[in-house]
Amino acid sequence: MSSEQEQESIRCLVAKVGLDGHDRGAHVIARAFRDAGFEVIYSGLHKAPEEVVQAAVQEDVDVLGISILSGAHDTLIPKIMDGLEEYGAKEDTLVLAGGVIPDEDREELKAEGVSAVFGPGTSVEETIEFVRENAPER
Amino acid sequence: MSTDEELLEDLLAGEYRALARVISKIEDRAPGYRELVSELYAHTGNADVIGITGSPGAGKSTLVDKLAETYRDRGETVGIIAIDPSSPFTGGAVLGDRIRMASTVGDMDVFVRSMSARGTLGGLSTATADAVKAMDAFGKDKIIIETVGAGQNEIDIVRTADTVAVLVPPGSGDEIQTLKAGILEIADVFVVNKADRDGADRTVQELQDMIQLEGGGGGLGGGGSSDGHHSQEVIDAHDDWDPETDETDEPEGWTTPIVETVAIRGVGVEDLIDEFGAHREYLVDSGEHAEQVRGRYAEEIRTLLREDVHAMLEDELEAAGGVDDLAEAVRQGETDPYSIADDVLDPVETCLEGLETDDRSSGGSSLN
Repeated sequence: MSSEQEQESIRCLVAKVGLDGHDRGAHVIARAFRDAGFEVIYSGLHKAPEEVVQAAVQEDVDVLGISILSGAHDTLIPKIMDGLEEYGAKEDTLVLAGGVIPDEDREELKAEGVSAVFGPGTSVEETIEFVRENAPER
Repeated sequence: MSTDEELLEDLLAGEYRALARVISKIEDRAPGYRELVSELYAHTGNADVIGITGSPGAGKSTLVDKLAETYRDRGETVGIIAIDPSSPFTGGAVLGDRIRMASTVGDMDVFVRSMSARGTLGGLSTATADAVKAMDAFGKDKIIIETVGAGQNEIDIVRTADTVAVLVPPGSGDEIQTLKAGILEIADVFVVNKADRDGADRTVQELQDMIQLEGGGGGLGGGGSSDGHHSQEVIDAHDDWDPETDETDEPEGWTTPIVETVAIRGVGVEDLIDEFGAHREYLVDSGEHAEQVRGRYAEEIRTLLREDVHAMLEDELEAAGGVDDLAEAVRQGETDPYSIADDVLDPVETCLEGLETDDRSSGGSSLN
């Protein structure tokens, strides 16, 4: 425990969007983040982009991890990014995408503002390290 | 500093993100958060604050969701603070209450914020109280605090509320016994949720018996009103179902009602809201509300001071060689915790004594 007064903690929203019932990966990430000392808010399944935006804004998360295994990332993620922008939260939220996302789509997502895409086979440690290093300073 | 002023302005103007940021600052204890919160006070006092507590799985989140929905139907805005435990080892937490709050999704006028403890003892109740202030200043009509009712810390949190509902699921006959110790005293309303399940009637009956025993006067707890209760002053301050029994012709006290709900289907939620309203009315009419608020602020002041002193002592501890070395010295049998505490506190005490004599001679008060 640190003796300093400030008690900052990295807050993350782990979100499942759209018609996609596969949440094992999201659960694994949520638990790993928790064990890394982060505060994790889990959205639950089948959330609309607006719901994810609402949660991200209200919870004022540093990191938004979107898990998509349905293939609808090119439509859903831009909607989320637009929503974040609407509330002025796009700039200082680290947005990550995970799940089954083909290589050829990655550039487009990055152009949308996604900081990193973690596909199958990414180690949990790698993801945590990335968050630690890139979580926005506010 | 100016950004904080902007933040405050945005919050008062009703910007969601500003509210979210202010709550984060409160949670982080970021530089300047104190000034921010003290600015907030001028704009508070309009919201009804409701605490919902009960064992895990009692249906708190679901009920809170339906409450929010009903309040919204009535045209009132809602703030929700959902508190979940955090790991004492890593500080990490999974905050899952949001999942159950689906009825009001897409409606930004229901502002849900998940919080968890960060390190310091009692810190969460201060942070909760401050977050309530932020939501109040933002203009929320109703603020709901949801927390697992276990332990003193949780009770402290829920005491931030004007009206406290304790959820008791059916079939928890034995559980009621355990509840007695702490949670029951803080209940202004009992909610038997999942009332469509077997054993609900019995649970209601048991609660009724208990309320009668406590409030009946001639019963077990009726002998001496103040002695019958647990020694914490804090609970006495919030104790509204044992109103001054020394007067025989007592003013109409608050008898804790029992409301049956089936939260998942929204059954009984209207009744519950009516009871909240009735309790609010009772608080204001009986003058207990003023007392409650006063007690709460007194506690806030104490907590703040305690935290400040605690922080000062941490530095002092560091100066004395760090807690690890001191602990090691105790382990080696060289000294003991009491002597160390005396030694660490000594310079502070001398300093304070010096201040007091200064004060007396100069008449000025010197705050650091």
